[in-house]
Amino acid sequence: MSKGGDVVLLDFWASPFCMRVQIALSEKGVSYEARQEDLFGGKSELLLKSNPIYQKVPVFLHNGKPLCESTVIVGYIDETWTSPPLLPPCPYGRAQARFWADYIDKKLFDAVRDVVLSKGEATEAAKKELIEILKVLEGGLGERDFFGGKAFGFADIIAIPSTCWFLAAGKLGNFQVEAEFPKISGWIKRCMHKESVAKIIPDPEKIYEFVLMMRKMQGIDQ
Amino acid sequence: MAASVSLFGYWASPFTLRIKWALKLKGIQYEYIEEDLPNKSPLLLQYNPVHKKIPVLVHEGKPLAESLVIMEYIDEVWKESPLLPQDPYGRAKARFWSNFADDKCVPSVMRTFVAEGEDKEKAAEEAREHLKTLESGLEGKQLFGGEKINFVDVAVGWIGIWARIVEKIADVNLIDAKTMPLLDAWFAKFLELPTIKECVPPWDKLLEHNRGFRNILTYAAT
Repeated sequence: MSKGGDVVLLDFWASPFCMRVQIALSEKGVSYEARQEDLFGGKSELLLKSNPIYQKVPVFLHNGKPLCESTVIVGYIDETWTSPPLLPPCPYGRAQARFWADYIDKKLFDAVRDVVLSKGEATEAAKKELIEILKVLEGGLGERDFFGGKAFGFADIIAIPSTCWFLAAGKLGNFQVEAEFPKISGWIKRCMHKESVAKIIPDPEKIYEFVLMMRKMQGIDQ
Repeated sequence: MAASVSLFGYWASPFTLRIKWALKLKGIQYEYIEEDLPNKSPLLLQYNPVHKKIPVLVHEGKPLAESLVIMEYIDEVWKESPLLPQDPYGRAKARFWSNFADDKCVPSVMRTFVAEGEDKEKAAEEAREHLKTLESGLEGKQLFGGEKINFVDVAVGWIGIWARIVEKIADVNLIDAKTMPLLDAWFAKFLELPTIKECVPPWDKLLEHNRGFRNILTYAAT
């Protein structure tokens, strides 16, 4: 239940970084207002004022106080609305979750984006990089149900949104993410069973259409 | 008796320095293992298979990697002299600034370090912009932690040392006392604190090491 107080998210539907924040809020049962930003037409005054350093979404405002950077925001949500906890109780488990969240945050989406917004040799190179990262994640997951262990948590929230871009990466990079990485596939299915994830993550086909539009806009495709 | 805390590091590494500072501030006894970076030990590679880098902290046989993750772990396990504030918003801001320094200040200072001619001036200008932004995080205070040093001071303080080294070797101006008086004063104050000063390697050794490092980097680029 919401602790009260005004929660606003400056959002963009296709952004995996925004999806992280929505999933975290949903897990905690916090009511919030998501305002769509027009990233191509013109960012809102509120966005530019609240995030002058990066000028990006997501921006999270709690009682008017802004925060940016999705991993920082998810940590704030976890510490403000403490139930259910997104991190395990023991410090070592928490450190492991933060380690994977950090790795995923630094590597996964950039690699996906490089595959889908490129062509020719650049796509091949980006695909190799993405495959290496997925191998590390496949190993990191091991026999566990989630990156956090038995329970869906912080690291899973950071990771799962990028997976709706895998269809686009597979089509444009000409490879099958889910077929080549069975543990990651199993993990994606388990995450998608969670109500908070299923209702936030958009249809990968819609993401693919969005990517094709971006490719035209950036002159990658005619 | 085997030490329950071991730190694998490299004497000239700023990321190792962060951990040394955190351990010293908390009064934690530990065993230090110096790694020969061109010939990393099998133990290091076993403890950090994902990144294969230092620093690695081992506590009661369990390894941890990534310096900011290690710092949060240390802060959670040893509760004296807390590095992060108690309130979620303060914690989020601390994480934001620590990540900003790593994402923006570090790469731009590195680019200045290896660039030549016009590129060097452009890189230095970008680095100065990011350092000026970092200064705004101080919010007019003498230290990020206010009266006492906190997580951000420990995470970011080393940039004061390295910026001065880069300025000397590359003959550029980075921490401009005129345009960044607060940042300049903060670095000076932080680096004079006895606990902090004790852990910093000798200036001339660092200078010599970084001159050699620059030669390797600029040679590799040609």
